Amino acid sequence: MYHDQKPGGACAAGAGVAARAVKLEVKDVHKRFGEHEVLKGISLTAHAGDVISIIGSSGSGKSTFLRCINLLERPHEGSIALAGEPLELIRKPDGMLDAKSGKQLQRMRARLAMVFQHFNLWAHMTVLQNIIEVPVHVLGVPRDEAVARARRYLEKVGLCGVEDKYPAHMSGGQQQRVAIARALAVEPEVMLFDEPTSALDPELVGEVLRVMRALAEEGRTMVVVTHEMAFAREVGNHVMFLHQGRVEEEGDPQQVLANPQSERLQQFLSRTR
Amino acid sequence: MLEGYTAYIVAGASTTLKIALSSLAVATVLGLVGAACRLAGQPLLNRSAEAYSTLVRGVPDLVLMLLVFYGGQVAANSLLESLGLPAVDFDQFIAGVLTLGFIYGAYLSETFRGALLAVPRGQWEAGWAYGMSRPRVFLRIVLPQMIRLAIPGYTNNWLVLTKATALVSVIGLQDMMYRAREAGAATREPFTYLLVVGAVYLMITTVSLLLLRALERRTSAGVRMGEM
Repeated sequence: MYHDQKPGGACAAGAGVAARAVKLEVKDVHKRFGEHEVLKGISLTAHAGDVISIIGSSGSGKSTFLRCINLLERPHEGSIALAGEPLELIRKPDGMLDAKSGKQLQRMRARLAMVFQHFNLWAHMTVLQNIIEVPVHVLGVPRDEAVARARRYLEKVGLCGVEDKYPAHMSGGQQQRVAIARALAVEPEVMLFDEPTSALDPELVGEVLRVMRALAEEGRTMVVVTHEMAFAREVGNHVMFLHQGRVEEEGDPQQVLANPQSERLQQFLSRTR
Repeated sequence: MLEGYTAYIVAGASTTLKIALSSLAVATVLGLVGAACRLAGQPLLNRSAEAYSTLVRGVPDLVLMLLVFYGGQVAANSLLESLGLPAVDFDQFIAGVLTLGFIYGAYLSETFRGALLAVPRGQWEAGWAYGMSRPRVFLRIVLPQMIRLAIPGYTNNWLVLTKATALVSVIGLQDMMYRAREAGAATREPFTYLLVVGAVYLMITTVSLLLLRALERRTSAGVRMGEM
Protein backbone atom coordinates (compact mmCIF):
# COMPACT_ATOMS: atom_id res chain seq x y z
CA MET A 1 0.00 0.00 0.00
CA TYR A 2 2.82 2.46 0.59
CA HIS A 3 5.05 3.28 -2.30
CA ASP A 4 8.79 2.96 -2.32
CA GLN A 5 8.51 0.63 0.59
CA LYS A 6 11.68 -0.86 2.00
CA PRO A 7 11.67 -4.45 3.16
CA GLY A 8 12.23 -3.37 6.73
CA GLY A 9 8.84 -1.70 7.01
CA ALA A 10 6.87 -4.08 4.83
CA CYS A 11 4.36 -5.37 7.33
CA ALA A 12 4.19 -1.98 8.98
CA ALA A 13 0.59 -0.94 9.23
CA GLY A 14 -1.02 -4.28 9.92
CA ALA A 15 -3.88 -6.14 8.33
CA GLY A 16 -6.87 -4.05 9.41
CA VAL A 17 -5.76 -1.12 7.29
CA ALA A 18 -6.94 -2.53 3.99
CA ALA A 19 -10.56 -2.06 5.00
CA ARG A 20 -10.19 1.65 5.71
CA ALA A 21 -10.95 4.14 2.94
CA VAL A 22 -8.09 5.88 1.20
CA LYS A 23 -8.27 9.57 2.12
CA LEU A 24 -5.25 10.95 0.37
CA GLU A 25 -3.14 9.49 -2.38
CA VAL A 26 -0.13 11.39 -3.63
CA LYS A 27 2.01 9.76 -6.31
CA ASP A 28 5.48 10.30 -7.63
CA VAL A 29 5.96 13.98 -6.81
CA HIS A 30 8.95 15.67 -8.43
CA LYS A 31 9.91 19.25 -7.77
CA ARG A 32 12.87 21.34 -8.88
CA PHE A 33 14.04 24.74 -7.74
CA GLY A 34 16.03 25.89 -10.75
CA GLU A 35 18.44 23.07 -11.56
CA HIS A 36 18.23 21.57 -8.11
CA GLU A 37 15.79 18.68 -7.82
CA VAL A 38 14.45 18.78 -4.26
CA LEU A 39 11.85 16.03 -4.66
CA LYS A 40 12.75 12.97 -6.71
CA GLY A 41 9.54 11.01 -6.82
CA ILE A 42 7.76 10.84 -3.49
CA SER A 43 4.48 9.06 -2.88
CA LEU A 44 2.21 8.81 0.10
CA THR A 45 -1.08 7.08 0.82
CA ALA A 46 -3.11 8.01 3.86
CA HIS A 47 -6.06 5.85 4.92
CA ALA A 48 -8.74 7.19 7.23
CA GLY A 49 -7.27 7.59 10.69
CA ASP A 50 -3.64 7.35 9.61
CA VAL A 51 -1.13 9.61 11.29
CA ILE A 52 1.85 9.81 8.99
CA SER A 53 4.99 11.54 10.24
CA ILE A 54 7.50 12.85 7.74
CA ILE A 55 10.95 13.29 9.19
CA GLY A 56 14.32 14.23 7.79
CA SER A 57 17.03 16.82 8.15
CA SER A 58 16.45 20.34 6.87
CA GLY A 59 16.80 20.44 3.12
CA SER A 60 15.52 16.89 2.75
CA GLY A 61 12.41 18.24 1.00
CA LYS A 62 9.85 17.28 3.63
CA SER A 63 8.16 20.68 3.90
CA THR A 64 8.25 21.15 0.14
CA PHE A 65 6.55 17.79 -0.29
CA LEU A 66 3.81 18.73 2.17
CA ARG A 67 3.29 22.05 0.37
CA CYS A 68 3.00 20.23 -2.96
CA ILE A 69 0.01 18.30 -1.60
CA ASN A 70 -2.17 21.44 -1.55
CA LEU A 71 -0.25 23.09 -4.38
CA LEU A 72 1.26 25.89 -2.33
CA GLU A 73 4.29 24.66 -4.25
CA ARG A 74 3.63 23.57 -7.80
CA PRO A 75 5.32 20.24 -8.57
CA HIS A 76 6.91 19.31 -11.89
CA GLU A 77 5.45 15.79 -11.85
CA GLY A 78 2.99 13.92 -9.74
CA SER A 79 -0.66 13.31 -8.99
CA ILE A 80 -2.87 14.05 -6.03
CA ALA A 81 -6.23 12.51 -5.16
CA LEU A 82 -8.35 13.35 -2.16
CA ALA A 83 -10.96 10.81 -1.04
CA GLY A 84 -10.87 9.22 -4.47
CA GLU A 85 -11.22 12.51 -6.38
CA PRO A 86 -8.16 13.22 -8.52
CA LEU A 87 -7.04 16.84 -8.74
CA GLU A 88 -6.90 17.71 -12.42
CA LEU A 89 -3.52 19.11 -13.33
CA ILE A 90 -2.17 20.77 -16.42
CA ARG A 91 1.38 21.71 -17.33
CA LYS A 92 2.14 25.42 -17.41
CA PRO A 93 4.67 27.05 -19.77
CA ASP A 94 7.18 27.20 -16.89
CA GLY A 95 7.16 23.38 -16.80
CA MET A 96 5.33 23.08 -13.49
CA LEU A 97 1.92 21.56 -12.92
CA ASP A 98 -1.02 23.66 -11.83
CA ALA A 99 -4.67 22.96 -11.17
CA LYS A 100 -6.76 22.87 -14.31
CA SER A 101 -9.71 24.35 -12.46
CA GLY A 102 -9.24 27.00 -9.80
CA LYS A 103 -12.62 26.03 -8.36
CA GLN A 104 -11.63 22.39 -7.87
CA LEU A 105 -8.35 23.39 -6.28
CA GLN A 106 -10.11 25.74 -3.86
CA ARG A 107 -12.62 23.05 -2.93
CA MET A 108 -9.86 20.51 -2.29
CA ARG A 109 -7.67 22.91 -0.38
CA ALA A 110 -10.47 23.62 2.08
CA ARG A 111 -10.68 19.88 2.79
CA LEU A 112 -6.91 19.67 3.35
CA ALA A 113 -6.60 22.11 6.23
CA MET A 114 -3.02 23.15 6.87
CA VAL A 115 -1.31 24.13 10.10
CA PHE A 116 1.81 26.20 9.54
CA GLN A 117 5.13 26.45 11.33
CA HIS A 118 4.59 30.15 11.98
CA PHE A 119 0.82 29.77 12.66
CA ASN A 120 -0.08 32.36 9.99
CA LEU A 121 -3.16 33.47 11.86
CA TRP A 122 -4.61 36.53 10.16
CA ALA A 123 -3.20 39.36 12.19
CA HIS A 124 -6.04 41.85 11.70
CA MET A 125 -8.73 39.41 12.84
CA THR A 126 -9.69 38.24 16.31
CA VAL A 127 -9.44 34.58 17.23
CA LEU A 128 -13.14 34.07 16.50
CA GLN A 129 -12.92 35.88 13.15
CA ASN A 130 -9.91 33.76 12.21
CA ILE A 131 -11.83 30.56 12.87
CA ILE A 132 -15.13 31.46 11.20
CA GLU A 133 -13.65 33.22 8.16
CA VAL A 134 -13.37 30.15 5.94
CA PRO A 135 -16.51 28.33 7.11
CA VAL A 136 -18.65 31.45 6.59
CA HIS A 137 -17.09 33.01 3.50
CA VAL A 138 -15.77 29.99 1.61
CA LEU A 139 -17.90 27.04 2.72
CA GLY A 140 -21.17 28.92 3.18
CA VAL A 141 -21.83 27.76 6.74
CA PRO A 142 -24.41 30.00 8.50
CA ARG A 143 -22.72 32.42 10.86
CA ASP A 144 -24.39 31.17 14.05
CA GLU A 145 -23.39 27.64 13.30
CA ALA A 146 -19.83 28.68 12.46
CA VAL A 147 -19.56 30.54 15.76
CA ALA A 148 -20.86 27.53 17.68
CA ARG A 149 -18.37 25.35 15.82
CA ALA A 150 -15.55 27.76 16.65
CA ARG A 151 -16.41 27.65 20.38
CA ARG A 152 -16.52 23.88 20.29
CA TYR A 153 -13.12 23.57 18.67
CA LEU A 154 -11.55 26.21 20.87
CA GLU A 155 -12.65 24.15 23.83
CA LYS A 156 -11.17 21.07 22.23
CA VAL A 157 -7.77 22.73 21.92
CA GLY A 158 -8.06 23.88 25.52
CA LEU A 159 -8.68 27.60 25.01
CA CYS A 160 -11.59 29.37 26.63
CA GLY A 161 -12.50 33.05 26.66
CA VAL A 162 -10.02 34.04 23.97
CA GLU A 163 -12.54 34.64 21.17
CA ASP A 164 -12.02 38.39 21.07
CA LYS A 165 -8.25 38.41 21.46
CA TYR A 166 -5.94 39.22 18.60
CA PRO A 167 -3.21 36.71 17.72
CA ALA A 168 -0.41 39.13 18.58
CA HIS A 169 -1.60 39.20 22.18
CA MET A 170 -1.21 35.46 22.67
CA SER A 171 1.71 33.12 23.26
CA GLY A 172 3.04 31.02 20.40
CA GLY A 173 1.54 27.86 21.86
CA GLN A 174 -1.87 29.50 22.16
CA GLN A 175 -1.62 30.85 18.62
CA GLN A 176 -0.79 27.42 17.26
CA ARG A 177 -3.73 25.92 19.11
CA VAL A 178 -5.99 28.59 17.61
CA ALA A 179 -4.53 27.69 14.21
CA ILE A 180 -5.45 24.06 14.87
CA ALA A 181 -8.98 25.13 15.82
CA ARG A 182 -9.13 27.10 12.57
CA ALA A 183 -8.13 23.94 10.70
CA LEU A 184 -10.69 21.82 12.56
CA ALA A 185 -13.46 24.33 11.84
CA VAL A 186 -13.42 23.51 8.13
CA GLU A 187 -13.99 19.85 9.10
CA PRO A 188 -11.25 18.64 6.80
CA GLU A 189 -10.70 15.17 5.35
CA VAL A 190 -6.99 15.34 6.04
CA MET A 191 -4.96 17.72 8.19
CA LEU A 192 -1.51 18.80 7.04
CA PHE A 193 0.94 19.96 9.71
CA ASP A 194 4.09 21.76 8.58
CA GLU A 195 6.54 21.60 11.51
CA PRO A 196 3.85 22.80 13.93
CA THR A 197 6.13 23.00 16.95
CA SER A 198 9.39 24.18 15.38
CA ALA A 199 8.78 27.88 16.02
CA LEU A 200 7.72 27.42 19.63
CA ASP A 201 9.65 27.97 22.82
CA PRO A 202 10.50 24.56 24.31
CA GLU A 203 8.08 24.94 27.21
CA LEU A 204 5.18 25.56 24.81
CA VAL A 205 5.79 22.53 22.58
CA GLY A 206 4.01 20.15 24.96
CA GLU A 207 0.63 21.89 24.87
CA VAL A 208 0.50 21.73 21.08
CA LEU A 209 1.64 18.11 20.93
CA ARG A 210 -1.00 17.16 23.49
CA VAL A 211 -3.71 18.63 21.27
CA MET A 212 -2.32 16.81 18.24
CA ARG A 213 -2.19 13.55 20.13
CA ALA A 214 -5.86 13.98 21.12
CA LEU A 215 -6.76 14.57 17.47
CA ALA A 216 -4.92 11.43 16.44
CA GLU A 217 -6.74 9.45 19.10
CA GLU A 218 -10.13 10.50 17.81
CA GLY A 219 -9.20 9.05 14.45
CA ARG A 220 -8.35 12.09 12.35
CA THR A 221 -6.21 11.62 9.29
CA MET A 222 -3.02 13.61 9.67
CA VAL A 223 0.18 14.16 7.74
CA VAL A 224 2.77 15.74 10.01
CA VAL A 225 6.16 17.10 9.04
CA THR A 226 8.00 17.15 12.34
CA HIS A 227 11.22 17.05 14.28
CA GLU A 228 9.50 15.52 17.31
CA MET A 229 10.69 11.92 17.27
CA ALA A 230 8.62 11.06 20.33
CA PHE A 231 5.49 12.18 18.50
CA ALA A 232 6.41 10.18 15.42
CA ARG A 233 7.12 7.10 17.53
CA GLU A 234 4.20 7.21 19.95
CA VAL A 235 1.38 8.89 18.01
CA GLY A 236 2.07 8.16 14.37
CA ASN A 237 1.26 4.81 12.78
CA HIS A 238 3.57 5.37 9.83
CA VAL A 239 6.80 7.26 9.42
CA MET A 240 8.61 8.40 6.28
CA PHE A 241 12.26 9.38 6.43
CA LEU A 242 13.23 11.72 3.61
CA HIS A 243 16.78 12.26 2.51
CA GLN A 244 17.82 14.42 -0.42
CA GLY A 245 14.40 14.31 -2.01
CA ARG A 246 13.82 10.57 -1.72
CA VAL A 247 12.07 8.32 0.75
CA GLU A 248 15.07 6.64 2.33
CA GLU A 249 13.09 4.47 4.70
CA GLU A 250 9.50 4.16 5.86
CA GLY A 251 7.16 1.94 7.81
CA ASP A 252 5.86 1.33 11.30
CA PRO A 253 7.47 3.95 13.54
CA GLN A 254 8.09 1.49 16.38
CA GLN A 255 10.20 -0.64 14.07
CA VAL A 256 11.72 1.97 11.80
CA LEU A 257 12.81 4.29 14.58
CA ALA A 258 13.94 1.56 16.95
CA ASN A 259 15.74 -0.43 14.33
CA PRO A 260 16.69 1.75 11.38
CA GLN A 261 17.99 -0.15 8.38
CA SER A 262 19.63 2.62 6.38
CA GLU A 263 22.82 4.27 7.44
CA ARG A 264 21.36 7.73 6.83
CA LEU A 265 18.48 7.18 9.21
CA GLN A 266 20.84 5.74 11.80
CA GLN A 267 22.94 8.89 11.56
CA PHE A 268 19.89 11.14 11.62
CA LEU A 269 18.46 9.46 14.70
CA SER A 270 21.76 9.54 16.54
CA ARG A 271 21.91 13.30 15.95
CA THR A 272 18.37 14.05 17.02
CA ARG A 273 18.37 11.99 20.17
CA MET B 1 -10.57 95.61 3.87
CA LEU B 2 -10.28 91.90 4.49
CA GLU B 3 -14.06 91.33 4.50
CA GLY B 4 -14.47 92.33 0.90
CA TYR B 5 -12.37 89.47 -0.38
CA THR B 6 -12.76 86.83 2.32
CA ALA B 7 -15.86 85.21 0.85
CA TYR B 8 -14.18 85.28 -2.55
CA ILE B 9 -11.13 83.46 -1.24
CA VAL B 10 -13.12 80.95 0.78
CA ALA B 11 -15.05 80.09 -2.40
CA GLY B 12 -11.61 79.37 -3.86
CA ALA B 13 -10.95 77.04 -0.95
CA SER B 14 -13.79 74.80 -2.10
CA THR B 15 -12.19 74.65 -5.57
CA THR B 16 -8.89 73.77 -3.93
CA LEU B 17 -10.53 70.99 -1.91
CA LYS B 18 -12.35 69.63 -4.96
CA ILE B 19 -9.13 69.53 -6.95
CA ALA B 20 -7.24 67.92 -4.08
CA LEU B 21 -9.82 65.21 -3.43
CA SER B 22 -10.36 64.43 -7.12
CA SER B 23 -6.60 64.27 -7.71
CA LEU B 24 -6.24 61.99 -4.70
CA ALA B 25 -8.84 59.63 -6.16
CA VAL B 26 -7.00 59.53 -9.50
CA ALA B 27 -3.64 59.13 -7.75
CA THR B 28 -4.93 56.30 -5.55
CA VAL B 29 -6.17 54.33 -8.54
CA LEU B 30 -2.94 54.94 -10.50
CA GLY B 31 -0.91 54.12 -7.40
CA LEU B 32 -2.67 50.80 -6.88
CA VAL B 33 -2.32 49.91 -10.55
CA GLY B 34 1.35 50.94 -10.48
CA ALA B 35 2.03 48.85 -7.36
CA ALA B 36 0.20 45.87 -8.84
CA CYS B 37 2.29 46.15 -12.02
CA ARG B 38 5.51 46.33 -10.01
CA LEU B 39 4.63 43.17 -8.14
CA ALA B 40 2.89 41.16 -10.87
CA GLY B 41 6.10 39.39 -11.88
CA GLN B 42 5.74 40.43 -15.54
CA PRO B 43 8.96 42.08 -16.75
CA LEU B 44 7.20 44.44 -19.16
CA LEU B 45 4.62 45.66 -16.64
CA ASN B 46 7.29 45.95 -13.99
CA ARG B 47 9.55 48.06 -16.18
CA SER B 48 6.81 50.41 -17.39
CA ALA B 49 5.61 51.00 -13.84
CA GLU B 50 9.17 51.58 -12.70
CA ALA B 51 9.75 54.04 -15.53
CA TYR B 52 6.56 55.89 -14.59
CA SER B 53 7.52 56.31 -10.97
CA THR B 54 11.15 57.17 -11.71
CA LEU B 55 10.28 59.74 -14.36
CA VAL B 56 7.53 61.48 -12.45
CA ARG B 57 9.37 61.55 -9.16
CA GLY B 58 12.43 62.98 -10.85
CA VAL B 59 10.80 65.99 -12.55
CA PRO B 60 9.44 69.04 -10.69
CA ASP B 61 5.65 69.20 -10.33
CA LEU B 62 5.50 72.63 -11.93
CA VAL B 63 7.38 71.46 -15.03
CA LEU B 64 5.08 68.46 -15.40
CA MET B 65 2.02 70.60 -14.85
CA LEU B 66 2.96 72.98 -17.66
CA LEU B 67 4.14 70.15 -19.92
CA VAL B 68 0.96 68.14 -19.52
CA PHE B 69 -1.40 71.08 -19.71
CA TYR B 70 0.12 72.99 -22.62
CA GLY B 71 2.07 70.15 -24.22
CA GLY B 72 -0.89 67.80 -23.88
CA GLN B 73 -3.15 70.36 -25.44
CA VAL B 74 -0.82 70.91 -28.40
CA ALA B 75 -0.38 67.17 -28.90
CA ALA B 76 -4.10 66.47 -28.68
CA ASN B 77 -4.99 69.23 -31.08
CA SER B 78 -2.39 68.29 -33.66
CA LEU B 79 -3.74 64.76 -33.46
CA LEU B 80 -7.31 66.03 -33.92
CA GLU B 81 -6.18 68.25 -36.78
CA SER B 82 -4.55 65.35 -38.59
CA LEU B 83 -7.87 63.51 -38.28
CA GLY B 84 -9.66 66.54 -39.71
CA LEU B 85 -11.44 67.34 -36.45
CA PRO B 86 -11.84 70.78 -34.84
CA ALA B 87 -9.42 71.80 -32.08
CA VAL B 88 -10.58 71.75 -28.44
CA ASP B 89 -9.70 73.69 -25.33
CA PHE B 90 -8.80 71.57 -22.34
CA ASP B 91 -11.04 71.97 -19.33
CA GLN B 92 -8.69 73.43 -16.74
CA PHE B 93 -10.20 71.56 -13.83
CA ILE B 94 -9.94 68.18 -15.50
CA ALA B 95 -6.46 68.93 -16.82
CA GLY B 96 -5.31 70.01 -13.36
CA VAL B 97 -6.80 66.98 -11.67
CA LEU B 98 -5.35 64.56 -14.21
CA THR B 99 -1.90 66.11 -13.97
CA LEU B 100 -1.81 66.09 -10.18
CA GLY B 101 -3.31 62.60 -10.11
CA PHE B 102 -0.65 61.43 -12.55
CA ILE B 103 2.16 62.91 -10.46
CA TYR B 104 0.99 61.68 -7.07
CA GLY B 105 0.00 58.30 -8.48
CA ALA B 106 3.71 57.70 -8.96
CA TYR B 107 4.48 58.53 -5.33
CA LEU B 108 1.57 56.47 -4.07
CA SER B 109 2.60 53.46 -6.17
CA GLU B 110 5.80 53.36 -4.10
CA THR B 111 3.85 53.74 -0.86
CA PHE B 112 1.50 50.91 -1.81
CA ARG B 113 4.29 48.69 -3.06
CA GLY B 114 6.11 49.01 0.24
CA ALA B 115 2.92 48.29 2.19
CA LEU B 116 2.11 45.23 0.08
CA LEU B 117 5.59 43.83 0.52
CA ALA B 118 5.34 44.37 4.26
CA VAL B 119 2.35 42.02 4.63
CA PRO B 120 4.02 38.68 5.44
CA ARG B 121 3.73 36.01 2.76
CA GLY B 122 2.32 33.58 5.32
CA GLN B 123 -0.82 35.70 5.51
CA TRP B 124 -1.47 35.17 1.80
CA GLU B 125 -0.54 31.50 1.98
CA ALA B 126 -2.93 30.77 4.83
CA GLY B 127 -5.72 32.23 2.70
CA TRP B 128 -4.80 30.18 -0.36
CA ALA B 129 -4.31 27.02 1.69
CA TYR B 130 -7.88 27.28 2.98
CA GLY B 131 -9.39 27.52 -0.47
CA MET B 132 -9.90 31.27 -0.74
CA SER B 133 -9.79 32.66 -4.27
CA ARG B 134 -7.03 35.12 -5.10
CA PRO B 135 -9.30 38.19 -5.13
CA ARG B 136 -10.79 37.17 -1.80
CA VAL B 137 -7.36 36.71 -0.22
CA PHE B 138 -6.45 40.17 -1.41
CA LEU B 139 -9.66 41.86 -0.27
CA ARG B 140 -10.19 40.08 3.07
CA ILE B 141 -6.65 39.34 4.20
CA VAL B 142 -4.10 41.57 2.54
CA LEU B 143 -5.88 44.86 1.86
CA PRO B 144 -6.96 45.51 5.48
CA GLN B 145 -3.40 44.91 6.69
CA MET B 146 -1.90 46.87 3.84
CA ILE B 147 -4.07 49.92 4.56
CA ARG B 148 -2.63 50.22 8.05
CA LEU B 149 0.90 49.99 6.69
CA ALA B 150 0.20 52.48 3.91
CA ILE B 151 -1.44 55.17 6.04
CA PRO B 152 1.69 57.06 7.14
CA GLY B 153 3.00 57.34 3.57
CA TYR B 154 -0.46 58.04 2.24
CA THR B 155 -0.96 60.85 4.75
CA ASN B 156 2.31 62.38 3.74
CA ASN B 157 1.45 62.28 0.06
CA TRP B 158 -1.98 63.75 0.69
CA LEU B 159 -0.47 66.70 2.54
CA VAL B 160 2.03 67.37 -0.22
CA LEU B 161 -0.68 66.97 -2.85
CA THR B 162 -3.00 69.40 -1.07
CA LYS B 163 -0.29 72.00 -1.03
CA ALA B 164 0.65 71.25 -4.65
CA THR B 165 -2.86 72.21 -5.75
CA ALA B 166 -1.62 75.79 -5.49
CA LEU B 167 0.22 75.05 -8.75
CA VAL B 168 -3.02 74.83 -10.70
CA SER B 169 -3.33 78.58 -10.42
CA VAL B 170 -0.58 78.82 -13.07
CA ILE B 171 -2.86 77.19 -15.62
CA GLY B 172 -5.60 79.68 -14.79
CA LEU B 173 -7.77 77.70 -12.37
CA GLN B 174 -9.41 79.97 -9.83
CA ASP B 175 -8.35 78.14 -6.72
CA MET B 176 -7.59 79.76 -3.38
CA MET B 177 -4.07 80.74 -4.40
CA TYR B 178 -5.15 82.35 -7.64
CA ARG B 179 -7.78 84.43 -5.86
CA ALA B 180 -5.44 85.46 -3.07
CA ARG B 181 -2.98 86.79 -5.62
CA GLU B 182 -5.75 88.71 -7.33
CA ALA B 183 -6.98 90.17 -4.06
CA GLY B 184 -3.45 91.01 -2.98
CA ALA B 185 -2.77 92.84 -6.24
CA ALA B 186 -6.05 94.75 -6.14
CA THR B 187 -5.64 95.93 -2.56
CA ARG B 188 -1.85 96.14 -2.61
CA GLU B 189 -1.80 94.05 0.56
CA PRO B 190 -0.44 90.75 -0.69
CA PHE B 191 0.72 89.48 2.70
CA THR B 192 -2.71 89.77 4.27
CA TYR B 193 -4.19 87.43 1.73
CA LEU B 194 -1.23 85.08 1.68
CA LEU B 195 -1.65 84.73 5.44
CA VAL B 196 -5.34 83.95 5.00
CA VAL B 197 -4.56 81.32 2.38
CA GLY B 198 -1.80 79.84 4.50
CA ALA B 199 -4.21 79.53 7.42
CA VAL B 200 -6.82 77.77 5.26
CA TYR B 201 -4.24 75.26 3.96
CA LEU B 202 -3.14 74.63 7.51
CA MET B 203 -6.74 74.04 8.53
CA ILE B 204 -7.32 71.53 5.73
CA THR B 205 -4.13 69.62 6.51
CA THR B 206 -4.74 69.61 10.26
CA VAL B 207 -8.23 68.18 9.87
CA SER B 208 -6.84 65.55 7.45
CA LEU B 209 -4.16 64.57 9.92
CA LEU B 210 -6.72 64.05 12.66
CA LEU B 211 -8.97 61.97 10.38
CA LEU B 212 -6.14 59.81 9.11
CA ARG B 213 -4.79 59.29 12.61
CA ALA B 214 -8.21 58.03 13.67
CA LEU B 215 -8.24 55.67 10.68
CA GLU B 216 -4.79 54.42 11.60
CA ARG B 217 -5.96 53.66 15.13
CA ARG B 218 -8.98 51.82 13.80
CA THR B 219 -6.96 49.65 11.46
CA SER B 220 -4.33 48.93 14.11
CA ALA B 221 -6.53 46.56 16.12
CA GLY B 222 -4.48 43.47 16.82
CA VAL B 223 -1.12 45.18 16.55
CA ARG B 224 1.07 45.21 19.58
CA MET B 225 1.97 48.71 20.67
CA GLY B 226 5.68 48.02 20.33
CA GLU B 227 5.23 47.26 16.64
CA MET B 228 3.43 50.46 15.78
